[in-house]
Amino acid sequence: MFRILKKNMKTGKVTLPYAELTAKVPEGFLGAPEIDPAKCTGCGQCVTACPAGALTVKDSQSGNKRSFCLFYGSCIFCGLCGQACPHQAISFNGKFKLASRTKKELNRELFFPLPECRKDAAFISDGALPSEEKTGNEQGFTQGNFTDRILTEETGLKLRARIKDLFGRSLHIREVDAGSCNGCEVEIVNLSNPVYDVERFGIHFVASPRHADMLLVTGPVTRQMELALVKTYGATPSPKLVVACGSCAISGGIFERNYAVTGGIDRSVPVDVYIPGCPPRPEAILHGIFLALDKIPAVKKD
Amino acid sequence: MKPVFQRLKEKFGNAILEVSEGSAKEWHVLAARDSILRIAECLIEVFGMRFLFLSGSDTRKENKSFTLHYVFSYAHQDQFLVVQTRIEEKNPHFPSLAHFLPQANWHEREIQDLLGLVAAGHPDPRRLVLHEDWPQGLFPLRKDFGSPKKIPRTAGHYAFERVEGEGIFEIPVGPVHAGTIEPGHFRFSAAGESILKLEIRHFYTHKGTEKSGEGKAPEHLLCLAERISGDNSLAHAVACVQALENLGQIEVPPRAQFLRVVFLEMERLHNHMSDIAGIALDVAFGFGASQLMRVKETLLRLNEQLTGTRLLRSVVILGGVRQDISEARREWLIKEIKKIKDDFDKTIQILWQVDSLMDRIETTGTIRKEVAEVLGGVGPVARASGIDRDLRRDHPYAAYKDLFFRVPVFTEGDVESRMKVRVQEVYESFKLIYDALHAMPQGPLCGAVKPLASSQSALGYAEASRGECFHWISTDGRGKISRWKIQSPSFSNWPLIEYAVLENIVPDFPLINKSMNLSYSGNDR
Repeated sequence: MFRILKKNMKTGKVTLPYAELTAKVPEGFLGAPEIDPAKCTGCGQCVTACPAGALTVKDSQSGNKRSFCLFYGSCIFCGLCGQACPHQAISFNGKFKLASRTKKELNRELFFPLPECRKDAAFISDGALPSEEKTGNEQGFTQGNFTDRILTEETGLKLRARIKDLFGRSLHIREVDAGSCNGCEVEIVNLSNPVYDVERFGIHFVASPRHADMLLVTGPVTRQMELALVKTYGATPSPKLVVACGSCAISGGIFERNYAVTGGIDRSVPVDVYIPGCPPRPEAILHGIFLALDKIPAVKKD
Repeated sequence: MKPVFQRLKEKFGNAILEVSEGSAKEWHVLAARDSILRIAECLIEVFGMRFLFLSGSDTRKENKSFTLHYVFSYAHQDQFLVVQTRIEEKNPHFPSLAHFLPQANWHEREIQDLLGLVAAGHPDPRRLVLHEDWPQGLFPLRKDFGSPKKIPRTAGHYAFERVEGEGIFEIPVGPVHAGTIEPGHFRFSAAGESILKLEIRHFYTHKGTEKSGEGKAPEHLLCLAERISGDNSLAHAVACVQALENLGQIEVPPRAQFLRVVFLEMERLHNHMSDIAGIALDVAFGFGASQLMRVKETLLRLNEQLTGTRLLRSVVILGGVRQDISEARREWLIKEIKKIKDDFDKTIQILWQVDSLMDRIETTGTIRKEVAEVLGGVGPVARASGIDRDLRRDHPYAAYKDLFFRVPVFTEGDVESRMKVRVQEVYESFKLIYDALHAMPQGPLCGAVKPLASSQSALGYAEASRGECFHWISTDGRGKISRWKIQSPSFSNWPLIEYAVLENIVPDFPLINKSMNLSYSGNDR
């Protein structure tokens, strides 16, 4: 008893204030890739290096414009693009506050005059690049077989406006793993450790969807978890929020759409906030949850 | 090595069609299908080899048949024996080993589901990997499966094994659980509080990872390997990269080998911290849980400062490692590790004296040595049941052969023993990190990368915090990856839990589950 007390007193307070948590991350953290438009020539080397299809290049029909897109919703933060870039245009500066209300906001687009791109020795034509397009512009909510069993996107939007008033400070979250690698679970569990201590914000992780205001969903939605996810959504009383946590949950991430993976939460249930990361660090998850609650204003696009 | 080949030939004569030495530490034997059972018996009982896993691939293009690979460990000589056999499409049956080798049960069912070969005489031929709504006659690992956009859901039924009698009731749990854990289904049959039977039904997180790996570039395959089981990212990456390095005959410089050891042990540390914390949490001893979760957070932050990622992703690359630990960083890391050791030590000293914890963990969830052995248990779970087995010592990889460490083994097989194994391993990991940092020679971080050999296969392995993890990669005629088999420690250990819970009470299940800490995603892939 006294030894426990002594150890606790010696440990002291380790919980960090939210402002301090999100102000700076430990030195060395890579974070998300950022592209310097001044250095980027649109050559396409990074597109072939990306294992998750987060980078795409499309040349216009007329052959004079090249559009280049980085979609944070598929990015796994692996750093391979940075190494592949012949112009050092891609840097990693610990950026993690990426959560957004729409997938579109997760796109970073650049446009280049194609003849200029061709002058670069490293140029790769779009015919030679991987063709599967994964950007935030694709239509979500297309493949779920269970549309008659869930609410529509519109209803979700209306409800969200009321939730801030309804919940006040307290928020009950049910975590649903729809096939993740458990990386996101590691970070979500860490939210309850003494350093992050989400309980102080009035956020509780609850055992049943029937007690929850919010579903925090991870994973690319496997074929075998799809029904369980939809049923869990159905069991959560309205008003409810859904947060897609991690790149898999947004777009399937590194997991291709194949026989076993449907590729993203919003194909099965409507989503309110998307949190990129592989996995998102705990601060990023917290930021996304707050964004869903309108506790903080949406981050301006930079 | 000669004696093994010779004795096999003497014993089985014409049933042994071909013998050859494969890459690195592998011996290959091609055997006739019908003699597989007798050969496996002989390898295990006469040679004292250990069955590791079974992998099947569709090689109809190359030799007009499917190929099965039975992989055995021959720890005395630090060698692996791969017994291959060919199964023709028009007679897609192979003899089941499950009667003689219960460990083969899941392996054979997986091959039935994914490759469409039938394990003749299997005691339990129900679906395993693919659930009941998967259409009949579609086998994803076959090369002619293609990539169909939409696979219909069909009506199907999965029959759980039932316990019947007065007062017996069933408790279905999952796939969505009460805690923040992964999905899986547990079906308890209980009389009062006592569990009479548990049947687990997993593969909810099956992502077709092995199929996705086919045709991938090696560096992209590594990214995927890191996402097989998130908390064991590095162990899977190391196992995968070693298989690739064997295939490309890529030399890994010594400094990189030592750095791999440092990072691998860092991964073991943060996993064991949360496992011990989880045990404390499940007996409602908040002090232990919050102290150790705090230590885990400190470790994750160390990882981040060393490598840029908290889960040690993107650390291992083909031919070496991406990040170095500079001289200044080394001193700093040693200091930090010492601080963490001291912190951990104080908390653990308290934990062992808390009656409310000890009462719950002693004699709970006992796995007898014979059960663990026959079902092929691995890692801390096996070592807590008296099985002295650790890949780092038995089949050393990276720089483990140059380092001295003990492999803690306890014999009770209960939750307490599993916790003790982990605690002792934590101390060994501290020591390993310390020694590896001191013994680390100067030199390059990465060897010259070469293309993968064509029409070859190779094994890579690592002892993850959960136990041994194998990656088996084959290439096609153009040096592209044609088959990627992942054998995760969770796949080996999950069947054990059905025995660990017997005669325990239902409320102790979460505790037993936590003490084994198995990955669902690693199992389901």
